[in-house]
Amino acid sequence: MHDKTLTELKAGLANGEYSSRELTEHFLARIKQFDGELNSFITVTEEQALAQADAADQAIAAGQAGLLTGLPIAHKDIFCTEGVRTSCGSKMLDSFIAPYTATVVEKMAAEGAVMLGKTNMDEFAMGSSNETSWYGAVKNPWDLERVPGGSSGGAAACLGARLAPAATGTDTGGSIRQPAALNNVTGLKPTYGRVSRWGMIAFASSLDQAGPMGQSAEDCALMLQAMAGHDHRDSTSLNEKVDDYLGALNEDISGLTIGIPEEFFPATLDGAIADNSRAAIRELEKLGAKVVSVSLPSIKLSVPAYYVIAPAEASSNLSRFDGVRFGHRCDDPQDLEDLYKRSRSEGFGDEVKRRILVGTYALSAGYYDAYYRRAQQVRRLIRDDFARAFEKVDVLMGPTAPETAFKLGAKKDDPVSMYMADVFTIGVNLAGLPALSMPTGFINGLPTGTQVIGNYFREGQILNVAHKYQQATDWHRQLPAFGGEQ
Amino acid sequence: MAIDSKVVAQVAHLARLKVDTADSEDLSSRLNDILAMVDELQQADVADVAPMAHPLDVTQPLREDVVSEPNIRDKALEIAPAAEEGCFLVPRVIE
Repeated sequence: MHDKTLTELKAGLANGEYSSRELTEHFLARIKQFDGELNSFITVTEEQALAQADAADQAIAAGQAGLLTGLPIAHKDIFCTEGVRTSCGSKMLDSFIAPYTATVVEKMAAEGAVMLGKTNMDEFAMGSSNETSWYGAVKNPWDLERVPGGSSGGAAACLGARLAPAATGTDTGGSIRQPAALNNVTGLKPTYGRVSRWGMIAFASSLDQAGPMGQSAEDCALMLQAMAGHDHRDSTSLNEKVDDYLGALNEDISGLTIGIPEEFFPATLDGAIADNSRAAIRELEKLGAKVVSVSLPSIKLSVPAYYVIAPAEASSNLSRFDGVRFGHRCDDPQDLEDLYKRSRSEGFGDEVKRRILVGTYALSAGYYDAYYRRAQQVRRLIRDDFARAFEKVDVLMGPTAPETAFKLGAKKDDPVSMYMADVFTIGVNLAGLPALSMPTGFINGLPTGTQVIGNYFREGQILNVAHKYQQATDWHRQLPAFGGEQ
Repeated sequence: MAIDSKVVAQVAHLARLKVDTADSEDLSSRLNDILAMVDELQQADVADVAPMAHPLDVTQPLREDVVSEPNIRDKALEIAPAAEEGCFLVPRVIE
């Protein structure tokens, strides 16, 4: 069963080939068998999953199935889940049992989804390799000595090894797309505001966006259909009509214009990475798409702008973790300042502390204009570059990540080098655009991905492009030896 | 301005973080690397460019000033490190 996509599993449930309980037990057994080595889950909710599966079987029998009824899904441990630990990959929240459920999880549960558990992630979603989790590094199922990417690396690795058929992720600077590329899965970062952030532990509020990760664009369309929509509890959620994402999948793409930003293929880019993405673009040309060259001159400043804006917002968001209300509290504080300082220093890991310090520095008196204000001005330049490109083209394409999965530990002590893992994805977050990463081939047995970027609220169009590509190719069907079809 | 151990200590105090003296030098070196990368922003010509705090330039909508969420005080207190008589209990830090 685990070699089937989410949409195929949905059909199997509808046809009575297996029950939701059988399906859920199958994936729980795979998690037990393989996750000891992979470390892709922080919490497995076996009892709850089986109860939800039984309820789903009853709903199916009564002809009351929703979009996701009976389908097992893993949630990133950044989403609050009532009664279940929500750690955000941090010692700070190791003991946090959320008193409410995030809108994303609630909406998927309302459509009948079965929650398998909570996936591992970089601490507070800060990282591109999943090595900053307090629960230990996640391994890449294509090579256990390599990283799965981050911060949704647990989600991507468990999907890559087919320990779950689908998962949720969040993307602040590429955290859905980069791990999707490194694990041969498909991941979509929707338009900022398309999916509610309520109940999602905040990292950088003007950048964070939840989205689906699956085995195909069709799977992502199915999940987005359930996740998207206005939420009055999130003031940044937009009250825009939700499109028919599944209906848009089979639209004809002949005449579609694909823009290739020259900045996504710099002379320094690994030739094999460039070749795989160019081959994917040629495949779409065969299907009738037109290709034109475009330029995004300010995109080269996206990484510096991001590493001012995101830490600045993080330093503010993470100030709530002070040892008073919930989370880690130090022993025997001497005074209030000691309580704050020791609780935060013991609870946060090195990368989180680094980013809090950078953010505090950038926002401090004397440096605000030089760093924070300037980064917000550059953000507008980047957004305007994309707007000009979308006057000429329907979608933009290029590699998702500049390299394949790197070795565990290779960049852990070199933050700036690590930050460059998201060089092609960060601009999209600064502009708030939707983008998808899809599998487009291998280099030395390691997966590579290509990104399809769309204009605001054009998720249907980028899912359509990716679906057409996946109908013509089978890269997304390739499984690693580890945990794959044995 | 380069970040030295003194600046690290000042910023750490503002951020309510404790930085051990032994780690301070290493940390200031890492932070300087990050700031050197971030300094590329100074190349940009941003004269007359308005800062952009929200990716979609939309106005934050206001909702009716009515209670819409249930009171979850008891649930919140359940997960607190310590609670007493409906309040969060914190260690005695003021004599």
